[in-house]
Amino acid sequence: MSDKINSSRREFLGKSAAVGAITIAPGILLHQVANAKPDDVAVTDKVRWGMLINTDKCDKGCTDCIDACNNEHRLSGFGRPETDAQYIRKVTLRDKQTGHELSLPLMCQHCETAPCVDVCPTGASFKRADGIALVDKHICIGCRYCMMACPYKARSFVHENLTNQTLSAPRGKGTVESCTLCVHRIDKDQIPACVEACSKGKHDAMIFGDLNDPNSKISKELEKHGGKQIRADLQLNTAVRYQGI
Amino acid sequence: MTNRILRITTLLLGLFLLYPAPGSAETPLPTIHEPEGKGLKCVEPEEVMRRDHMEFILHQRDETMHEGIRTSKYSFAECINCHVEPDEKGHIASSKSKDHFCNGCHEYAAVTIDCFECHADRPQKHIKRGKKTATIQQDLHQMLSANNDNGGELK
Ligand code: HEC
Ligand code: HEC
Ligand code: HEC
Repeated sequence: MSDKINSSRREFLGKSAAVGAITIAPGILLHQVANAKPDDVAVTDKVRWGMLINTDKCDKGCTDCIDACNNEHRLSGFGRPETDAQYIRKVTLRDKQTGHELSLPLMCQHCETAPCVDVCPTGASFKRADGIALVDKHICIGCRYCMMACPYKARSFVHENLTNQTLSAPRGKGTVESCTLCVHRIDKDQIPACVEACSKGKHDAMIFGDLNDPNSKISKELEKHGGKQIRADLQLNTAVRYQGI
Repeated sequence: MTNRILRITTLLLGLFLLYPAPGSAETPLPTIHEPEGKGLKCVEPEEVMRRDHMEFILHQRDETMHEGIRTSKYSFAECINCHVEPDEKGHIASSKSKDHFCNGCHEYAAVTIDCFECHADRPQKHIKRGKKTATIQQDLHQMLSANNDNGGELK
């Protein structure tokens, strides 16, 4: 067990040495060392990926995370905001009594007991062992039950023929999609595009990491200051937690 | 079983047609543009690839999707990266054209695949940025400024 961690550490160090100077923030580096996974090894439930969002640090007018997400997945609009694909939305919550407003990014919450997975008739909606809720678009028949079931309205349906997709984020007509936590990046030991953009923009409102690892930045922060679930009453045990709500 | 027989028949037919008897006046053979480069080899021997390429990518698809296995050997993205190149004029045939590596044979053998409805048919560096992306960002910015008061329904 400890051998394993050590060897991946070494591998990571090797990799980074070859690249030369590392310009990523120290926090990011740390998580990469702890979780580097060889390409040929299947993901396991030893890891549960999660995200912690501090709404106090989230600027109302800022769309850095959304822009980065749209860019990463080439989400393209057709001038129809009601149906255009969106993986992240900015939601403003307002306390009617006090008038206090807060703004937060809302995306797939990667529930432990995910309603989308429960209702999917083909098994296309599934949970990866490491906690990421995904759509296997190869199996998706586009019935959209999952969209109805999702309490966070996190999913979109692709209504149009698409062109100019990136090689790393295939998307196409007739299938449902949502935030993948940037699974293609996670598997390469990178953090999700939104989190990266948020920290690049010096907002640092989002922390990404392994909820199962008590020493990860996210777990420590959660232990110290807590983090709420949106619609905690549904008992879905979401992997995306919020502070300041 | 029938599938197997069909496959073998198609294959034999395919191979036969790829190496035609001289002077045959049949439908012209597909031209397969193979990637050029000294010592460049496919991920398996050519005969194996011709016969079984679909098995490899379909298998890889499930492993990558569900288990996060990201080996490059049978990766779809890697097939495209190596096999799809611009011609002398700098033009890349789309996956619908018979000049696209993956479509020459398919069109010839009446195989239709839907992979390219989602997957890019060319290497990343040759993908043009869609103009439409600008719109969704503008839409979002607009929605944000217009919707700032009515998001409270979530709580
Ligand atoms: C590193 C470059 C490279 C990669 C990656 C690669 N190929 Fe190839 N492929 C070649 C070359 C070169 C040939 C020509 C035969 C040879 O020399 O092996 C070839 C031949 C083929 C052929 C036979 C074509 C004919 O003339 O009959 C098929 C089919 C094929 N590749 C499919 C694939 C698929 C599917 C993938 C992805 C799993 C893939 N290739 C990945 C380089 C590559
Ligand atoms: C040498 C000719 C040739 C080339 C090149 C080729 N294919 Fe094929 N492919 C075939 C033939 C023939 C079949 C049908 C085999 C059968 O029906 O059993 C097929 C079938 C397939 C299938 C299965 C289709 C189905 O409905 O079962 C997939 C997927 C596929 N090819 C993907 C690719 C991709 C991706 C490439 C480019 C990287 C490619 N092929 C390049 C000849 C080729
Ligand atoms: C409706 C959209 C869609 C269609 C159609 C589709 N795919 Fe995919 N494919 C995806 C998505 C989404 C992924 C996940 C990408 C990721 O996580 O990196 C993926 C991943 C893959 C992967 C693993 C990543 C890689 O590059 O190796 C393979 C292999 C693959 N698909 C093969 C196929 C084949 C073969 C076909 C056609 C028979 C096909 N796909 C059709 C959406 C699609």
